[in-house]
Parts: sequence; C-alpha cells; structure tokens
Amino acid sequence: MNAIKKFFGVVWMILGVVTYGILLKTALEEISKKPTTDTIVQWSIFVIIFFPITIGFLIFGWLAFKGAYDDLPTSSDEIEG
Amino acid sequence: MQSPSEKKVIRKVIFASSVGTLIEWYDFYIFGSLAPIIATQFFPKTNPTAALLSTLATFAAGFIVRPFGALVFGRLGDKVGRKYTFLLTLVLMGGSTFAIGLIPGYDTIGFLAPILVLLLRLIQGLALGGEYGGAATYVAEHSPENRRGYFTSWIQTTATLGLLLSLGIILITRKSMSADAADSIRAFEDWGWRIPFWFSVILVGMSIYIRLKMHESPMFSKLKADGKLSINPIKESLTKKANLKMVLLALFGATMGQGVVWYTGQFYAQTFMENTIKIDFEQTRTILICAIVVATPLFIFFGNLSDKIGRKWIIMVGLLSAVLMYRPIYQQMINISSVAESQVDNSKTHIDRVLKPNAGKGYGLQNTTAFTVYENGITEKKVHVDTVYSSGVEKPQLIDKTSKELPSDRYWMMVGLIFLQILFVTMSYGPIAAFLVEMFPTKIRYTSMSLPYHLGNGVFGGLTPFIAVLLGTMYTGDLLVGLWYPIIVAGFCLLIGTIYLSNKIDNNVKD
Repeated sequence: MNAIKKFFGVVWMILGVVTYGILLKTALEEISKKPTTDTIVQWSIFVIIFFPITIGFLIFGWLAFKGAYDDLPTSSDEIEG
Repeated sequence: MQSPSEKKVIRKVIFASSVGTLIEWYDFYIFGSLAPIIATQFFPKTNPTAALLSTLATFAAGFIVRPFGALVFGRLGDKVGRKYTFLLTLVLMGGSTFAIGLIPGYDTIGFLAPILVLLLRLIQGLALGGEYGGAATYVAEHSPENRRGYFTSWIQTTATLGLLLSLGIILITRKSMSADAADSIRAFEDWGWRIPFWFSVILVGMSIYIRLKMHESPMFSKLKADGKLSINPIKESLTKKANLKMVLLALFGATMGQGVVWYTGQFYAQTFMENTIKIDFEQTRTILICAIVVATPLFIFFGNLSDKIGRKWIIMVGLLSAVLMYRPIYQQMINISSVAESQVDNSKTHIDRVLKPNAGKGYGLQNTTAFTVYENGITEKKVHVDTVYSSGVEKPQLIDKTSKELPSDRYWMMVGLIFLQILFVTMSYGPIAAFLVEMFPTKIRYTSMSLPYHLGNGVFGGLTPFIAVLLGTMYTGDLLVGLWYPIIVAGFCLLIGTIYLSNKIDNNVKD
C-alpha cells in the first residue's frame, strides 16, 4: 500500500501542474474570445483562487511521494512533534 | 454512560451551537436564493446574464473569503476561546445581512450599491468562515468519545436546515405581499425581497442571547489554565509538516469532494430545475423543501453510524454514489420534465389576459399568460407583458417568461431524484465534523479544521453552481456538461481518500 501511496504522489504532482496549465490556457482563450469585464473578472477569480490550492496539491503529492502518509499519526503528540 | 446532568449540558451545547450556525447559514443562503432579484436591483441591467453572473461572482466572493475567515477567526478561537469567537462571527453575519436589506438599489445610488453589497457579502463570507469550525469544535469538545459523530451531526444538519429556512421564508414572503398573486410577486421583486434579510436580525438576536449563557469549552479552558495555548495557531497549523500534511489530506481526501456533492445536490439542482429544465419558481422551491425535510434526519443517522463503523467509508460511499449517479439522475430530471414527445391537449389549453390600469398615467400593463397543457400532464406557462396606452396602442415589453408546472406524479418523481442527491450529501457530510475534529490537536484545532473545511466546502463546493453554469454556456450542446466539474472533483477526492485516509476513530480528542 505504501508503494501505491508514493506512486500516486508523483501522479498528483503531474496532475496539479497539468490541471492548472489547462485552467490558465482556457482562461486566456475565453478572455481573448470575449474581453468583457465579466469574462476577465470571473476567469481571474479562478486563476487566482486555484493557484494556492494547486501549490497545496503539489506539496501533498510531494509529501505522499516522500512517504509522509505511510503512517498517519495516532495521537496529537505526533502532530505537535 | 452519561449522567442526566451531563446529558442536559450536551443538549444545551448542541442547541446553542446549532441554532447559531443554522442562522448563519440562513443569512448566507438567502443571498444565493435571491441572486436573480438581487442582480436586477444592484447591477446594471444591460444584459440579464451579465447581471446574474455578476451576482454569482459576488456569491463566489462570499465563498472565496471563507478560508480567510477560517484563518482569522480560527486563530482567535484557538487563542481567545471558542465561545467568544463564534459570538463575534454571529454578530458580524447578522449585521451584514440586515445591512444588505437596507441598501438602496442601483437606480438610486448608482455604483455605490453593488460596491456596498460586495463588501457586506465579503463580511458574511468571513463570518461564516469562522463560525462552523467553532461550533463543530465546541460540540465535539463537550461530547463523550463514543458519541462524537452523533452529537456533531446535529451541527451538520444546520447548513441544510439553513437553506430550508431561507427557501421557506422567501416563499412565504413572496406569497404574502398582496392578496393578488401577480401583485404579490411584483411587490416581492420590487422591495419585498428585503424582508428575509431584515428577518435575520430577530433570529441573530435570539441566538446571541442563547450563546451568551453558554460556558467555554472544557478542553480549551483546561489548556488555558495550564498555560498551553498556542502562541501562533496559523503558523503551527501550516508550517509544521506533521500538521500541514493532515490539513492537506483533510482537504484533498475529504472536504473538496464533500463540498461539490453538497452544492450540487442542493444548489446546482435548484439552478438546473429553474433555468435549464424551466420548472416553475414555486415548484422548484417546494420540491427542494420536500426532499430536504425527508433527507435531513439522515445526517444524524450517518453521524451516529460513523461512531460504530468509522467515518471514512461512509464519506467515501457518499462520494462514489455521487460520481456514479449524477448523470443518470440529471438525465431523468430532463426526461420527466420534457414535453418533446407529448401531444398538446387542446381541450385544456387556454390564454389569460389581465389588464392592470395605472391610474392617472394613461397606460396600463397587460399580462398575457398562455397555458399549454400536454397529454403527459405538464403545463407550460408563457407570460408576456405589454404596455397598453389609453389611446389603444400596445407597446410590447418583450418580457417573456417560460416555465413548466409538473403534474403530481412527475412532481414526486422529481422530489425523489433530489432526495437521492441529498442522500449523498448526508453520507459525505454527516460524519465530517467528527472526522475533522479528530484529526487535529486541541490547541490548534479551530484553525486547522476550519481551513480545509472552508477550502473544500467554500471554494470547491461554493463555486460548483457558478462553474457548472459557465460550462453550460461554453458547451451548449450538452445539458449535462456542468456535471463534469462535481463528478471529476468528487472522483479524485474519492481516490485520494480511499488510498490515504484511515478509518480509525480517534477516541482521545483531549490531547
């Protein structure tokens, strides 16, 4: 199971980059197709709000790849370190 | 076993927390439920779609700031206490909701109107971001360890009940503005929509009174007495690798999927019924109300069940059901509201014309409503309004509205389809408060659980109706295209949760 967790860690990192790339490309296409305030505002919201979430997803993938999820903490002492 | 006095205390805690949270959700959802009317009141009327999108963007702004509210008030809750923080969020929410009901329209004060609405909407979002985590933490920290899922599931009912209350108040207000149905609707759209916003102040006042009588969470009080409170909860939540990894796991393995399922079943379903398959305004609301009333006890059922079999698989089965069933359910919604293969029943089809003279102004409005009844029982209603001058000249206003009224059998089938979607909501949402509380230590619990909850529920979930509608405008050939967003997000969340989450219940949340 731990090997699967690590393998998918790589998948999440690739997926994060690809998904955000698609979002960015679609946003640029839609804005150039119809450059109204409404279009610019709505697509900018998506691009901005999903940027930190994508970073979080990349960190999640990286942690999974490095085995951070092989064992989940069983008490708060492990979290507080 | 709990003693009778302990049972009494926990009942009070649940009541005080749930009522306040319910009211906050009510405040938050009346804005969403009244989005089309607010669009005409506060945004330039050049293009109705643009106006609606602007409102939805404001709606989204309300969701996007929720994670910031989670950080701001989560920090406060972990430093000052749960009780005072969620009292503050309640005051902010109630105050901003009441104020939205007071703002003059765009016609009166111009661009100041949408700017004020946006600002107040942002305050609402911030307040909600701080509320839920506080209420869930407060109840969980009072609960016995083997009943945490059950007791926190009462908090989980509040979002749905808040939506129910908002739909009910809106329907009642819309019907009671005047004895004449058409006049009542007109008055509601003109100024009556403000009443549900004003009504909030009474509810919030009651809730503040109840909450003021409550004591601080015993676990928080003990930490405070021992001098073990976190100095910087945000830093501890997000920079300590051991905690950050749990925040990320909670978001990507549970709350993002739960968020899209919640908003698809209860908000996108409403938008889809009203705008895509053109079900009548009132029927749309009553269908949703019936489904919610029947499904709500299931939050408690699944919360309780999670105490016995664990939280993870209940949440995952809810997500899996949504992924597999959304497209068939929505296809069936299209089928039962379709008139394409049904003949017109000419014996019942008729046209009503009502002229409303406008005394002293030399013109009146003529409502022409064409009722086309089909053999499958569906009545299609087309409303057309003309201005009729005393000289007899008619000037078409081009206000055409088409809606469908379902016959009883199809109405109940639609209730069943919405019920199924809310069933998935109850599975994925019922156990999640207990699940999140158990993931994090007491001293940074409020901050740590609020952030993934509001990113998942607020951002991923809150944007669902907006993204789904947007996909519909980009790919016009497929009425179901909007469903791909919740299906994909819930699908990935299901995969991540299945692989990485543990089904073990953490019995000790006192640490």
